[in-house]
Amino acid sequence: MPYLVHSPEDRAAMLEAIGVRSMDDLLVDIPQSLRLEGLQLPDGLSELETMAHVSALAGRNRVYPDRLTFRGGGIYRRFIPAAVSAVTSKPEFYTAYTPYQAEASQGTLQSIFEYQSLIAELTALDVSNASLYDGATAVAEAAMMAHVHTGRNEVIVSGYVHPEYVQVLRAFGDGRGIKVRKDGEPNKKTAAVIFQQPDFLGLLVDPRALTAAAHAAGALAIACVDPISLAILAPPGEYGADIAVGEGQQLGLAPSFGGPHVGFIACKKELVRKLPGRLVGIAHDAQDRRGFVLALAAREQHIRREKATSNICTNHSLCALAAAVYLTYMGPYGLRQVAEVSFKRAHNLAERLAALPGWELAFPERQFFNEFPMRVPKAPAVLRKLSRRGILGGLEVGRWFRELKGVVTFTCTEVNDARALDELVEALRS
Amino acid sequence: MTEALSFELSRPAVDPPRLPEADVAGPGPADVLPRDVLRSRPPSLPRLSEPEIMRHYSRMASLNYSISENFYPLGSCTMKYNPVVNEAAAALPGFAGLHPYQDEDSVQGALELMWRLEQALCAVVGVDRVTLQPAAGAHGEWTALRMIAAFHHSRKENRTEVLVPDSAHGTNPASAALSGFHVVEVRSGQDGRISLADLESKLSPRTAALMLTNPNTLGLFEREILDIAEMVHATGAMLYYDGANLNAFMGICRPGDMGFDAVHMNLHKTFTTPHGGGGPGAGPVGVKSELAPFLPAPTVERSNGHLVLDHKRPQSIGRVRSFYGNFGMLVRAYTYILAMGGDGLSQASQDAVLSANYLRKLVENDLEMPHEGPCMHEFVASAHNLHEEGVRALDIAKALLDRRFYAPTVYFPLVVPEAIMVEPTETESRATLDSFAQAIKEIVAQAKTDPQGLRDQPKNLPVGRLDEVAAARRINAYLQGQSDDPVLRWKAPVEGAPKHAC
Repeated sequence: MPYLVHSPEDRAAMLEAIGVRSMDDLLVDIPQSLRLEGLQLPDGLSELETMAHVSALAGRNRVYPDRLTFRGGGIYRRFIPAAVSAVTSKPEFYTAYTPYQAEASQGTLQSIFEYQSLIAELTALDVSNASLYDGATAVAEAAMMAHVHTGRNEVIVSGYVHPEYVQVLRAFGDGRGIKVRKDGEPNKKTAAVIFQQPDFLGLLVDPRALTAAAHAAGALAIACVDPISLAILAPPGEYGADIAVGEGQQLGLAPSFGGPHVGFIACKKELVRKLPGRLVGIAHDAQDRRGFVLALAAREQHIRREKATSNICTNHSLCALAAAVYLTYMGPYGLRQVAEVSFKRAHNLAERLAALPGWELAFPERQFFNEFPMRVPKAPAVLRKLSRRGILGGLEVGRWFRELKGVVTFTCTEVNDARALDELVEALRS
Repeated sequence: MTEALSFELSRPAVDPPRLPEADVAGPGPADVLPRDVLRSRPPSLPRLSEPEIMRHYSRMASLNYSISENFYPLGSCTMKYNPVVNEAAAALPGFAGLHPYQDEDSVQGALELMWRLEQALCAVVGVDRVTLQPAAGAHGEWTALRMIAAFHHSRKENRTEVLVPDSAHGTNPASAALSGFHVVEVRSGQDGRISLADLESKLSPRTAALMLTNPNTLGLFEREILDIAEMVHATGAMLYYDGANLNAFMGICRPGDMGFDAVHMNLHKTFTTPHGGGGPGAGPVGVKSELAPFLPAPTVERSNGHLVLDHKRPQSIGRVRSFYGNFGMLVRAYTYILAMGGDGLSQASQDAVLSANYLRKLVENDLEMPHEGPCMHEFVASAHNLHEEGVRALDIAKALLDRRFYAPTVYFPLVVPEAIMVEPTETESRATLDSFAQAIKEIVAQAKTDPQGLRDQPKNLPVGRLDEVAAARRINAYLQGQSDDPVLRWKAPVEGAPKHAC
């Protein structure tokens, strides 16, 4: 059988060494009425048959080429340098466990420390943790931090925050007694104002005004940000937000039907003790050699148990590693190039789409980064037509927001080359 | 042998990577955006060439122990071999290239995989439905408790307490508290199993659920599980199963048959998805039919051979993660289940139990065994017998590292002093188990003759024992504004400042 190492002779010898006659003697504590004859599952397959079966399932999915994908909504096609998977597929990284024994885990610990440093730099905040599950749970965990920090029970979601992030926030809030309010002015019950920059539609909000309003009410400002956009847009630390969170999929991770990716969270130093999840810090050994350890563990569930402010245990370390390799590969200027190309192409496309008969920008007065909402006549038919031509068109956002029926968001990144933009526009004209 | 930080290796003169130009007419950010919307200075990311980056990460990789190279007997973590074919399956373009917001018609293969995985997990643990959304075990625990809360709420019952054994994982009480429950601890008896008398005294009309793992964290099967289930159900409470120890009994017995109403599973333990240095994992939750209406939305449903995502679930607890969970991990687990089959999974659990009992036998005279065997897939020993020599469980852990073994879990469960929790798994050969036992014997012998030498280990690793207390002091100084050294991140050295060894 695959992956099993004992031969029948090994098993017999081991039973003998233990001093029992059969496996049943080792399973005596299990009531006889519970014992099974086996599992109601088919017998195993060879690797050849396994891959044939799995490949057949993969083959029943339709994969659109990167360059002809204009759909975003939180998951984006981007160029992923080959260096990223070359590193994350090193078994020393992907088959290691959470680095409990620091001396034998310095590779993982140092890579997390570098990841924390990169995220802190990118967001211009003091400290980042070792990662969270995704953008949605990062928003929810940040809200929990604000609730604990302020002792207040309400958070305000301002504007078009990703609808699935808000759904997860509500589910978290239900358990913790936190009310989620959509829009409105913060007041003395408000723990935090949460906004997304750019928002779910791709539009830029005014983070300075939102942060100032939160602070005036004694609430925290939580900015949910697009990490690539931070190469050109003001980072949360520059406008005074207390916590920055976001989805890190764009930093070197494939779409993979929505996961696994990585949530990031960074905060001001006053809030570090309330940060959920792992934190890695510098420590020294008796010879004063520098190393890295899990730090401030007293915040965590395995120490605080029912008094912990988060139950997170494992994070998304391997995805954080991918993000660290990506950011190191890009460096400050590579990242800016990626952001600027995305920005220019999106603005070019927006202008051309707005010139199509019946099409218009849904919010012509608003600025955007690399995703933008269009009013599209007969949107479902248009998207079907594009699909027939091998193009994954924009995302209909009316399914989440009634007032946005007929609105489709389009996104451009560095993978949508100039010719791809032409193909999209030609397909729409025909 | 240590490795400099990428930030320290950075050289400003290095060219940025070559990337495409926009190749279209259009404004740049500075042309249309007001200055206060723009970033004032670029982030201080490192600047390195690709060859330097690759060497940097290869060197860091060489500083790690991992299951690919080392025996990793980390109790409760099920560090078994991660089949490489799983990685190939998850990387298939038909999976890795899928956008989560494609039309359902275009992702039928992905939905089929999720549906079949759900069926397989139902068969293994004996439940009716499974949600694949939770991203990790703790996330699954919390999801299950939210469903249990919603169930009681739907019956207009006000149940505010969750019972948790004193031997439980820390995530259990944390998850319960974060689901809005008050946590009540249930004591273990002398034999390491839950005390039925204590359980009886703590069950009440306020009890929402008992959280239990079976075998428990001591590796012992709760023999009286059927009585426990009856007691819990008689009060109207639910029984929750922590799936950390599922590797002990696939094909041998099922939590659903024991009376558990909700069961979380760790795909990164039992079903071989790699641990990744601490995630991503996946923590699906299985439930009996009475909890099914409360499952997170969307679920995957099959109708007339067509698979759909069902978002319209009025009693659902809502969504616990964006999209559909850690799909890439689901592909890996499904691939493993296909390759193993029912026969292979059953044999895997039997071998896991066999290996744990064998190893326990080999070291039973070297360490204290606080509880009688047989054990299931893991056992808890204690270093308490080396108390007089001043040798602790931590010293044994560090000495094992020097002998190229990763350490067992130490100081857990909390109910055993100087606990050493060993889980060998079915993918370690008898020769490996023998050599591990030999290492334990040598270490215990050294404890008697040269305890100080033991306390100075590890010596063969890139760094010796790291001073976490001093690190915590420096972090405190930073957080209290008494120091500029953040400790938790790299910081550019100030020009002209004296150089510290960092």
